[in-house]
Amino acid sequence: MSFRHKHILGTEQLSREDIELILDTAESLREINSREIKKVPTLRGKTIVNLFYEASTRTRTSFEIAGKRLSADTINMTASTSSVTKGETLEDTAKNIQAMKPDIIVMRHSASGAPHYLAQRVDCSIINAGDGAHEHPSQALLDLLTIRQRKGRLEGLTVAIVGDITHSRVARSDLYAMTKMGMKVRFCGPGTMVPPGIERLGAEVFTDMDDAVRDADVVMMLRIQLERQGKTLLPTLREYARLYGLNPARLALAKSDVIVMHPGPLNRGVEISSYVANGSRSVILNQVENGVAVRMALLYLVAGGDHSEA
Amino acid sequence: MASNETVILDSAGIGRALTRIAHEILERNKGTEGLVLIGIRSGGDHLARILGQRITQIEGEKIPLGTIDITMYRDDLGSRGSLPLGKTEIPFPLDGRKVVLIDDVLFTGRTIRAAMDALVDIGRPKNIQLATLIDRGHRELPIRADYVGRNVPTSREEKILVEFAADNNPVEVRLVKP
Repeated sequence: MSFRHKHILGTEQLSREDIELILDTAESLREINSREIKKVPTLRGKTIVNLFYEASTRTRTSFEIAGKRLSADTINMTASTSSVTKGETLEDTAKNIQAMKPDIIVMRHSASGAPHYLAQRVDCSIINAGDGAHEHPSQALLDLLTIRQRKGRLEGLTVAIVGDITHSRVARSDLYAMTKMGMKVRFCGPGTMVPPGIERLGAEVFTDMDDAVRDADVVMMLRIQLERQGKTLLPTLREYARLYGLNPARLALAKSDVIVMHPGPLNRGVEISSYVANGSRSVILNQVENGVAVRMALLYLVAGGDHSEA
Repeated sequence: MASNETVILDSAGIGRALTRIAHEILERNKGTEGLVLIGIRSGGDHLARILGQRITQIEGEKIPLGTIDITMYRDDLGSRGSLPLGKTEIPFPLDGRKVVLIDDVLFTGRTIRAAMDALVDIGRPKNIQLATLIDRGHRELPIRADYVGRNVPTSREEKILVEFAADNNPVEVRLVKP
């Protein structure tokens, strides 16, 4: 089969077959990242603009490396150094970038739906690199790739995702993608951090972390965003760490071959203890490594695609 | 089989052609020293495996076997859509090796161009030779095979199908008229 999406806006729009194709493509591309010359000429002459309205190190670097390994020209635009600070609207910025004829815009924005808004107004492909509390599809796909490598399958696995579910675009993208792949998703966090009604999207909700982690195949910890809601939704960080932090004792409740994931950056000692983050069950750095391969796959599939069902 | 199809080689014919090519490779390279076989996905990788077995039978020595996927090196991205990728598996260094590249059908030569570009990104072979089961002509690039199973004059509109069984062994080669 071939890939028929012009844009990657979220995992909600992807079918199970799409996800399998992306993961298989990424798996093949991993070989390039282990070569001495880490470059193939596939996207030669294509221009990719990384348009980032929110701070990001991992995702932006990962997309930039992915583009460069495919020989595309990648340009980074960050809100703090661009005309956005001079009051330009999103649409005007996009139209101006469009006039320079890029092939793909990789976009991160603090507003949910910003990439969807742009996708309707420009001709090039849009890849969502995180929009508000909505979706972060490339993160969910690299999570799936990492799980599939470690477990050899996805179907039937139980994943516990713990933390601020309400504000997590990673949790939402993971939920859409994982349920499509036949996985069971458990969401766990304090009542202030789990959106009401999320069960209707197929998640099981827990407030007691021990219950959520028990017999899980995968435990994924989300970052408490100290700079934002951390202050209003929690009494104290110490209490949060005690109730919702992943420590060795809690991890022992999960299956013996459990893997520990985290989208980063880590708050060591808050949601995850250093002992667990550095431990043998942790695949956090494998996630980062797979991120490059997954983003190469997305760029390749979008750039070469036949967009008849865009 | 449809009436517009002709069998050019049956499985015995393919086997004899591969045996001859194995002898020719050994003769030209004076044995297996520094020799590696790399099959182009998909089709060439299966033929490379069989050639490897023949060479082992003849010389009593195993030679390294690799496969290469050239999708990322194609020059027609966008006009055909994103094709699914296969894996490139070359678990040995190429530097200084004599590489025999193996494809099932040699046609325009563009696949071979892509495969050579892919190889030189991975290492610096001493030389690259080309073996193909069928050479059907119509080259668009200055590329020529060193070892050919069968030369088949074709028109551009005709197709050559190399059919493999479920166990990846070749069954027959057919010429399909439009």
